[in-house]
Amino acid sequence: MTQNNQPPILLELDSLSKNFGKIKAVDSLSMRIEKGKVYGLLGPNGSGKSTTLGMVLNTVNPSSGSYKWYEGHIPFKQARKKIGAIIERPNFYPYLTAIKNLELVCMIKEYPTDGLEEVLKYVDLWDRRNSKFKTFSLGMKQRLALASSLINKPEMLILDEPTNGLDPEGIHKVRDLIKKIASRGTTILLASHLLDEVEKVCTDVVILKNGVKYYEGSVSDLSKNHGYIELISEDVELLIQLFESHKDISKTEILEGKLILYLKNELSVKEISKQLAAKSIYVTHLVKKVPSLEERFLQITKTPK
Amino acid sequence: MIRLVKIELFKLYHNRFARILVIIYFLLILSAVLFTSIEVDLTFVKFYFAEQGIFNFPYIWHFNTYMIAILKINLAIVVIYMINNEFVYRTLKQNLIDGLSKRDVLNSKFYTLVLFVISSTLFVFLLTLILGLIYSDYNELQIILTDMEYILAYGVKLLGFFSFCMLLVFLLKRAVIAIGMLIAWYILEKIIRAILNVRLKDDYLLQASDIAQFFPLQSMSNLIAEPFTRFSIVRNIAQQTGNPITKNYDITLLSIVIVLAWTVLFYLWSYRILKKRDL
Repeated sequence: MTQNNQPPILLELDSLSKNFGKIKAVDSLSMRIEKGKVYGLLGPNGSGKSTTLGMVLNTVNPSSGSYKWYEGHIPFKQARKKIGAIIERPNFYPYLTAIKNLELVCMIKEYPTDGLEEVLKYVDLWDRRNSKFKTFSLGMKQRLALASSLINKPEMLILDEPTNGLDPEGIHKVRDLIKKIASRGTTILLASHLLDEVEKVCTDVVILKNGVKYYEGSVSDLSKNHGYIELISEDVELLIQLFESHKDISKTEILEGKLILYLKNELSVKEISKQLAAKSIYVTHLVKKVPSLEERFLQITKTPK
Repeated sequence: MIRLVKIELFKLYHNRFARILVIIYFLLILSAVLFTSIEVDLTFVKFYFAEQGIFNFPYIWHFNTYMIAILKINLAIVVIYMINNEFVYRTLKQNLIDGLSKRDVLNSKFYTLVLFVISSTLFVFLLTLILGLIYSDYNELQIILTDMEYILAYGVKLLGFFSFCMLLVFLLKRAVIAIGMLIAWYILEKIIRAILNVRLKDDYLLQASDIAQFFPLQSMSNLIAEPFTRFSIVRNIAQQTGNPITKNYDITLLSIVIVLAWTVLFYLWSYRILKKRDL
């Protein structure tokens, strides 16, 4: 039941699991994809990202659990017409030209071919439309896959490691395209093992490891409230006294002559400075530090679940 | 249904290898028919096939369908190749993601295979009819229409064989392995039959062929009996040597039912494989 002010849920996973023999590739994963957001499905190789996407795209049979598209209002066959997807490697018929490959996709998607010029120009492949797929570089293949997934003007795009194996220029082009697509309001679910990719492109993130969900939330929340403040002052004892029982601070510690205040709530440098000034304490060093996503990622996935 | 066939034909039409194989297949049929209608030098005897009466209605239905059915392997390779490609290019998964269901994928292959069967059967029917009208000594409508069930049997034979090939590729994913398995299966049937022959040598009620007729490849081969011993010249020799041929050349309903039953099984089994497999 969607409330009026909440964005509609496009996809919902309910304790979805997949076992390959004894290995649990995906272990009871629940998550929801809300319209208009850009989700990152982040995890190391073999963490179950592709298996998860395979299940919601009906190419991998779930071992247990369920998923539903559009809150179960429309059957998958119709829901699929509203989504675009590219998986692992761009898969096309090597003997067909770019445009013929897309014509074939149009036949499968039951969509008219008029829009092909637009999508091919969008990914900068219009000039190469009559070249066979097998003559394409990996970057071009990946862009053709993007074009193919955009044919039916999808509401939601599923991208599995779209920059995998590309050279820096190719990575840059594909990321720019993803950002461009996201800015049009398309919901995106991007699986990636690259932290900076998720940080650069996504608004929300789900962290997977060994098929288990370790974190779910917005990318900014991931590092927010988990920063720390460094202080250097002549009277450290006074400082500790002052901050030890502060409501926004979880722990104090002295490290290499610096007092470190670990935050549990949002607390700005300005606020601290104000409080210090009120007590006439002066510091020679006052810096707020936010851990990089990488530090956070390692921290999150270190704790076993 | 038409959409699914269109999708498959689009893939095949733009593939040079598939296109050439299909063209070669129909050319082979044509040239085989033309070849038998010309003079053949057999070193010792020079004779016209035609004079032996093989182009006479109704016998020509039998002879042509039996001979031309051998060429089916050519078209079977196209069937194997078109499914093999989806695995090799990993496009099966992509097709599913783009909106075909697993049933759609199977049907697009199966309907195309049926289209092959219909085209080939029609082609053989027309060629045989034309050839017969030119060379046959008897052109009465009633005689022409006799034994036309050989054309039906020909179609069923191709349908069963192609469906078997389809199952093998869906099962094994690679053309080469599928063809290897086909040959291995053929040999296996022969071995089992040989064992049965020995075991049932003294059994008056049950013969090896009673069991073997249910084997997939044997059942397809049983549809159209070999036509050579029907030749007048062969029959005459047999008569003279005191071994008159008392073979039944008719197409039995049972043999058609067996092959059709296999076809249904092959189709359902292919679907089961596709459905259960994680791609």
